[in-house]
Amino acid sequence: MDFALDAETEAFRTEVRAFLDEHLPPEVEERLYLTGESHDDAFARALGERGWIASEWGPEERPLDPTHAHVLEAELAKAEAPFYAVSTGAMVGRVVAASGSEELRSEVLPGIASGEVTIALGMTEPEAGSDVAAVQTRARPVDGGWVIDGQKMFTTNGHAADHVFLLVRTDPASRRHRGLTTFLVPLDRPGVDVQAVRTISGERTNITYYADVFVEDRWRISEVGDGWRSLMLALQDEHSAPFSPHLARLLEATEQWAATPGVDGAVPLDRPDVRRRLARAATELEVAQLLEARTTWMEANGEVPLAEGPMSKLFSTEAIVRGAEDLTALVGPDALRSRTDPTAVVGGRIEHTLRFSLGTTIYAGTSEVQRNIIAQHRCGLPRA
Amino acid sequence: MDLGLSDEQRQLVDSFTGLLAKASTPEHVRAAEPGGVDQALWATLRDTGAVTMGVAEDHGGWGASLLDLALVAEPLGRACAPAPVIETQVAARLLAAIGTPVALDALGPALAGDHLVTMAVRPPQGGVAALTPAGAVCDAVIVLDAERLLLVPVSDRNRHPVANLADAPLADIDLSPSSSGGGAVELAAGPSAVERYETALDEWLALTAASLVGIGSAALHLGCAYAAERTAFGAPIGTFQGVAHPLADDATHLDGARLLAHKAAWALDSGDARGRELAAMAFAFASRTAEATTYDAVHVHGGYGFMLEYDVQLHYRRARGWARVWGDAEAADARAAEARY
Repeated sequence: MDFALDAETEAFRTEVRAFLDEHLPPEVEERLYLTGESHDDAFARALGERGWIASEWGPEERPLDPTHAHVLEAELAKAEAPFYAVSTGAMVGRVVAASGSEELRSEVLPGIASGEVTIALGMTEPEAGSDVAAVQTRARPVDGGWVIDGQKMFTTNGHAADHVFLLVRTDPASRRHRGLTTFLVPLDRPGVDVQAVRTISGERTNITYYADVFVEDRWRISEVGDGWRSLMLALQDEHSAPFSPHLARLLEATEQWAATPGVDGAVPLDRPDVRRRLARAATELEVAQLLEARTTWMEANGEVPLAEGPMSKLFSTEAIVRGAEDLTALVGPDALRSRTDPTAVVGGRIEHTLRFSLGTTIYAGTSEVQRNIIAQHRCGLPRA
Repeated sequence: MDLGLSDEQRQLVDSFTGLLAKASTPEHVRAAEPGGVDQALWATLRDTGAVTMGVAEDHGGWGASLLDLALVAEPLGRACAPAPVIETQVAARLLAAIGTPVALDALGPALAGDHLVTMAVRPPQGGVAALTPAGAVCDAVIVLDAERLLLVPVSDRNRHPVANLADAPLADIDLSPSSSGGGAVELAAGPSAVERYETALDEWLALTAASLVGIGSAALHLGCAYAAERTAFGAPIGTFQGVAHPLADDATHLDGARLLAHKAAWALDSGDARGRELAAMAFAFASRTAEATTYDAVHVHGGYGFMLEYDVQLHYRRARGWARVWGDAEAADARAAEARY
């Protein structure tokens, strides 16, 4: 057993940090925060130039292995870098590579790998969230292609991306997992309407509407009726998405607050309760990082982290919520000052994490869904 | 990074798990209450090398790492083993680390099994080492008295066994020369004595954390097995999310606690600067996790959970008792903070 990263992986981490210093200057960070955008073209292309977007399906002879990919994602998340559209693109890239037509593969894969083509996810609907098999958006066959009707919720980057990955029902008589098909739909097609949805963290997402949207058959990804399997393939990547960097950022900000004398000259870190509560948050961070590292380590060793992936997602995101609640309470009234206010404590990072924390236990599989998976696969409990 | 066990480590865990499955069943654990020691089990564990393995080879041991000992501590906790393994391991390693003729004189008989040496995990107060682990069965105790590390002989004259929540072999030990017979020897003095003691305490915290993971894991197993089989309202209760979700959280926290206990032991082994901090963190997290898990496992059993006849209560009581002889999770938070800031 060895808990240290090897020198080569540490060197890679240093390389990623240098990359972030170069490509994510404070003014870009500030603009992204104020607009709530989670994509930046220049940044995405710089990632693509390094060969850091595509996995085994891309043009690189030696794509990043799970360990390096984890380090990269953790550093990007820690820096709040705009890489969400890139990561959703990479998710879909894997699915297109596995089951898309030759035509579709050559049309989009090089662009995804270079950071020039971005893809939003269209799975959730107003009436289908955790129960994604309940989707109602439909595609019906017409001459030369398909016509799509319906709506999708939380199509983050739907206003900025080139395509949306759509899970739709192609067999109107089908139920649940059967009769679903996946498509890649260009977002500039007539009939697509994108409406902004603002979230408590300031992040912009969207609701997207599809009214008689025509796509040629080449935009179909899965076999007709086999969409569930390609959805599962897309979601595989979500297991290892690191959330602990957000907790690390919160802890660092609160430690910075604690080490700074207040207006009365007292240093919060001299107080025993401040020390204990910070240590407790640091302990949770340690556990979150270890659970994430274990998921990555299993993947790197060819094991499928069936329960372990959900465990790391569940623990890290719940730890962010616990940490944000406790540390904002610890900082006291001043933690109310927002990131946009010049008087904010530590640049408002503490207040912002409280806002941001809420979504993390919802998206990419709610905590309740994760617990169901763990109960079944680890605890051996029967399904309801 | 490598989170896998070596073949040797796997064999080590398997051999202790197999031994405990035979010699530390719930029947053995109950029969050893309230005194907290099954002498046959303790003799078997000693003969297997449970104490000797942790001492460096040039002091007559096998040179096992603290991580190896942590791997063994988990099955000990899982079986609620009524044997004073962790305290005696830590005390033996402390004597070997001090390495003076006086310390090595005490180490020899301790490794031979003739003399049981334990360590008081808290400084004495008012001349008493209160609730000393293994105090009820030891022949000598290592205590830190101000800046002096002392080895104090223990006999029925200065030992006051304490009936306790965990049915552990605890005793209040009177350290005064008049009651101990005056045979106390000084092992070390000054700041280096304090540092030796604190290092031994780091080891005790990390190993106890690993044992708490074992206690919690066994309770989780009992809770899940019961939830899968017991029906209510026409369905196994494990299908109810109100029952299943706390158990899923416990499983998650136990995995995290195990990883953290191993990391702490690894850090202490490798001289990592964060060793002390990580050991305290591991104890804090494992302690909270074992408490929550054993609570949930008892609760899942309904009324059976608080019947002495059901095994889950054995784990509930030890999850608290094995840890709190030193302190609670908040005390460990404070220790982690002292190391961190």
